[in-house]
Amino acid sequence: MIRFENVTKYYGSNRALSNINLNINKGDFVFLVGPSGAGKSTFIKLLLKETDATEGRIFLGDMEVTGLPNRKIPKLRRNIGIVFQDFRLLPKKTVYENVAFAMDILHIPAKTIRRVVPQALSLVGISSKAHKYPNELSAGEQQRVAIARSIINNPSVLIADEPTGNLDPDTAWEIMRLLTQINLRGTTIVMVTHAKEIVDKMEKRVIAIEEGRIVRDDMRGAYKYHV
Amino acid sequence: MFRAIGYSIKQAFKQLVRNKNMCTASIFSITSMLLILGLFFILIVNISLLAQTTQSQFDSIQVYIKDEVSEEGIYEMRNKFERLSGVKEATIINKEQALKIMKSRWGDNGYLLEGLEDNPLPNSIVIKVENLEDADAVVTRIRASEGIEDIKYYKSIVEKLLNITSFIQLAGMIIIIILVIISIVIVANTVKLTVTAREREISIMKYIGATNWFIRGPFFVEGIIIGLIGSGVSVAIMSFIYKKIVGAFTQQAFVMFSISMVPHGFLISNLVWIFISLGVGIGSLGSILSMRKFLDT
Repeated sequence: MIRFENVTKYYGSNRALSNINLNINKGDFVFLVGPSGAGKSTFIKLLLKETDATEGRIFLGDMEVTGLPNRKIPKLRRNIGIVFQDFRLLPKKTVYENVAFAMDILHIPAKTIRRVVPQALSLVGISSKAHKYPNELSAGEQQRVAIARSIINNPSVLIADEPTGNLDPDTAWEIMRLLTQINLRGTTIVMVTHAKEIVDKMEKRVIAIEEGRIVRDDMRGAYKYHV
Repeated sequence: MFRAIGYSIKQAFKQLVRNKNMCTASIFSITSMLLILGLFFILIVNISLLAQTTQSQFDSIQVYIKDEVSEEGIYEMRNKFERLSGVKEATIINKEQALKIMKSRWGDNGYLLEGLEDNPLPNSIVIKVENLEDADAVVTRIRASEGIEDIKYYKSIVEKLLNITSFIQLAGMIIIIILVIISIVIVANTVKLTVTAREREISIMKYIGATNWFIRGPFFVEGIIIGLIGSGVSVAIMSFIYKKIVGAFTQQAFVMFSISMVPHGFLISNLVWIFISLGVGIGSLGSILSMRKFLDT
């Protein structure tokens, strides 16, 4: 599903990623761990084509991300759902509108939107708050809205950038259950995280990055990255 | 395609309502710029008209005939003058016509002339020359004729007037161009404020996979709506002010002026189109320019 071939990325003379080779299969649930500044954000930015690789090739499904013309970037991003640590909801839209917005972008008929959005809201368990604004919700509820938005168009990949970073442990586990549920429906999930406990308990594939290199790639791994 | 346009319009109105303060600020800046522009426009148009009428009024040689010259004599003189080289036409204006013209020029105050027992105005012949430069030569030759009381012509005045008006027109055009540039910059900055306020929103839209035109659309329509409202408001204010000015000039002693002012309806109906195209142009251009930075990546 996601393939990195000899990818190197320089910012000026700083090397952020160095000769990364990586293959993530369809339906995988992968944790991306590592200290701050190790290159995790660069990894995501490259996948979203927010920045270009200095060397190497990146594939998403059968689409080559490297060398994709700028005008095709929106199309790429519609195949990738994203969830952020700080939720990034549109503050002036209601919960319902925030989720519907992701479908508006694709010019999906209003009738379909009216049918699908409530389903997504109920999947993430937030139906009762549909007409509230983001600032009226708790952090956990906001993250649920963000997740609903990220999966509404059935992306093949969901990237979660420290999705539990702003949540208390209980709420974090609720979000993890939700992500697992989404993963079981066949969506590939790449989660960047510092949450040791979560990584250790989930026993999923763990890719550890340090100083721009993959230092560990365990199929049923744990968080520890200084072995 | 149509759904995209419909979406943009719907969103634009939502944005307008949700960002009332910013929009009011933008509308206010467009309105005030257009008002200043409009004042200069009115000034220039009226000065041009004034120059034209003055020129046609004074761009002639007025030959006043002594009262003792008979009607036939006057006709003979006219024919003689008309044959002079450089003369375009020579027209007789007799006492009664002269009084009528004077009354009409005085407009509402014409009744003041009713009290006259004798008509004090002389018969005259008005001579139009082909070129203003010929006037001197023509006057010298006319002066040699019999039965002439006085000759009036305003070559130097007309020349000065033309110089002044062409200077004012040029200066006015330059000021208008500068004002248009300033107003585009101001509006672009105002829109940039609204865009900056929504920078996060835009970056989120891009993450979800919105195309640039999808993001730009509502802002573009918003710019057009702001421009339309701004130009509407300024046309209304302008219309009100100009009506007052024309009214004041007509009622007060400036009888001569009121005749040469551009009619209210004509001016405003022209101004509407100028303002609307300027307002919409400034609004949409401003919104596109100010969004460029945010849509780069």
